[in-house]
Amino acid sequence: MSDRLLEVRDLKKHFPVGGSWLGGARGWVKAVDGVSFFINRGETLGVVGESGCGKTTTAKLVLAAEQPTAGTIEFEGRNLTDIRGDALADYRRKVQVVFQDPYSSLSPRMRVGDIIGEPIKAHEQMSRQAVHARVGDLLELVGLRADMGRLFPHEFSGGQRQRLAIARALSTNARLVVLDEPVSALDVSIRAHIISLLEELQARLGVSYLFIAHDLAAVSHLCHQTAVMYLGKIVESAESLELCATPLHPYTKALFAASLPSHPDEPREEIVLTGEVPSALNPPRGCHFHPRCPFAMPRCSDEEPKLAELAPGHRVACHLY
Amino acid sequence: MPPLLRVSDLKTYYFGFRGSRVVKAVDGVSFSLEAGETFGLVGESGCGKTTTCHSLVRLLSPSARVVGGRIELNGEDLLTKRPAEMTAIRGRRIATILQDPMASLDPLFSIYSQVAEPAYYHRGLRGRALRRKVKELLTAVRIPSPESRMRELPHQMSGGMRQRIVGAIAQAGGPQLIIADEPTTNLDVTIQLQYLNLLKDLQRASGVALIFVTHNLGIVAKMCDRVAVMYAGKIVELQSVRGLFYDPQHPYTRALLDSIPKLGVREPLYIIPGQPPDLSNLPLGCSFHPRCARAMDRCRAEEPPDVQLDGRGTARCWLAVAEGRG
Repeated sequence: MSDRLLEVRDLKKHFPVGGSWLGGARGWVKAVDGVSFFINRGETLGVVGESGCGKTTTAKLVLAAEQPTAGTIEFEGRNLTDIRGDALADYRRKVQVVFQDPYSSLSPRMRVGDIIGEPIKAHEQMSRQAVHARVGDLLELVGLRADMGRLFPHEFSGGQRQRLAIARALSTNARLVVLDEPVSALDVSIRAHIISLLEELQARLGVSYLFIAHDLAAVSHLCHQTAVMYLGKIVESAESLELCATPLHPYTKALFAASLPSHPDEPREEIVLTGEVPSALNPPRGCHFHPRCPFAMPRCSDEEPKLAELAPGHRVACHLY
Repeated sequence: MPPLLRVSDLKTYYFGFRGSRVVKAVDGVSFSLEAGETFGLVGESGCGKTTTCHSLVRLLSPSARVVGGRIELNGEDLLTKRPAEMTAIRGRRIATILQDPMASLDPLFSIYSQVAEPAYYHRGLRGRALRRKVKELLTAVRIPSPESRMRELPHQMSGGMRQRIVGAIAQAGGPQLIIADEPTTNLDVTIQLQYLNLLKDLQRASGVALIFVTHNLGIVAKMCDRVAVMYAGKIVELQSVRGLFYDPQHPYTRALLDSIPKLGVREPLYIIPGQPPDLSNLPLGCSFHPRCARAMDRCRAEEPPDVQLDGRGTARCWLAVAEGRG
């Protein structure tokens, strides 16, 4: 059996805009436009980018919550677009999600035990006692007490709620957990708790993560591989520490320059980007990044750069290289 | 000459129904601020940093009351001012920038009328002079083509532009002090950098003092001259920004610094055990002692005093007393 858990090839998702439900669309938003990546067993892929770059759409495609326009998603060697029925249910059992905001992702009317037990009941034939015991184990796994299952979500703090969301995601022995900005809404000290918990769970259970974030420091800390997205495309991907040491794409460099210093005298390469992310409805021609790029050349405005492997495992889409 | 702002022993409590519950959100906070200085107020949610700011401009919710202390702006006590006098101070001398730009802009009024309002009331500008002022302010916050943009409504702006417009409104009354309460939390990283640089430029041009409220130590490192770290309603450490990052005196400050992931480093993060305390039921002694790695018997029984660290700042910790610093 290979190491690859998930392999995504040339994934596209285009949303129609304008027009009516009778007629054709007037335009397309290319939210995800030809993205390829893979995740190995027990490893973490970080996807970084600003709002509107397509990282959440990518996550939804991986979760089978959206149908891709083109491209393939292969999970444990099976193509997701071919599977139906029980196989799809099994896929959903193995691929789970933790959302950003633990206040809106847990139903306030359900007891915590029911929230965590629901996926188990949906996917597995188990007696009530067995489900109950399982929920207790899961609560302990994420660092809570087993008897907390009868409480309601409002009795927990933000960090504890995020632990509940993680317990729910792991309740059906998921192999891949999509983490959509799981620590952005939390306080600094609680963030450290959750990041360490995620690392510990990965070491114990061998689960893989797709970690979506905009905090580069957290990504470099938690992820084995990092992909940087801009307007629906991956502009650079590499092993995380290598990406931190030698970012190549001007956008990646700018992201690093924009991430805040860890102490006041930290030397910083000052790349201040002008302007904002252009609309995905009408992205610039050529390289999508060229209107904001400090190193743009005439070639960048009409020819789109392809992702090329510069060093082993380090891919960049830029005409500079 | 008195400092621009001096807060001494400020206490703001929230009262439950008939005083059934008292939450000491701000409990004896003191700091001062010179003209043109940038002061950081750091802490986790619920530590009292926002309540401190709301007390400064006296915009507290009805359940909260300032129960003690003094707030002096240029030597005048703000706590004894009548509401009408406060109205003349807010916007004119102290302006605020809030976290969510969409909530602080009125969706039904044009950008022009919202930026013009403080200049109209506080500077008495009218007609063409007012229009010129608004254009100048929008140019200063780098809104492209301000003439046409000021006729538009907030929903036509991007998030970064909205926050810049809030910055222009804060400047419109010509304040001496701007309180920025987590102004960049909702912005993307590259936009955040643009905005922070913009605030620095505006400050350099107008000499306004800034109070930066944030939980992000990176912003503090980039922006501030001096920093106060708050925990459970008290300032536990107040230092110059370099002193704080290179030689933190309070165990809480050190723990916070160690719990942040750093770029390109994969060392395990320090984990502060436990939860922030319940402000209506604080632990005896030092409020941080249940989570402190270096807690001693004394910390559990007695509250530490504010220790002067030879002219550099203050720390509220028995260790600072024990080691004879100060």
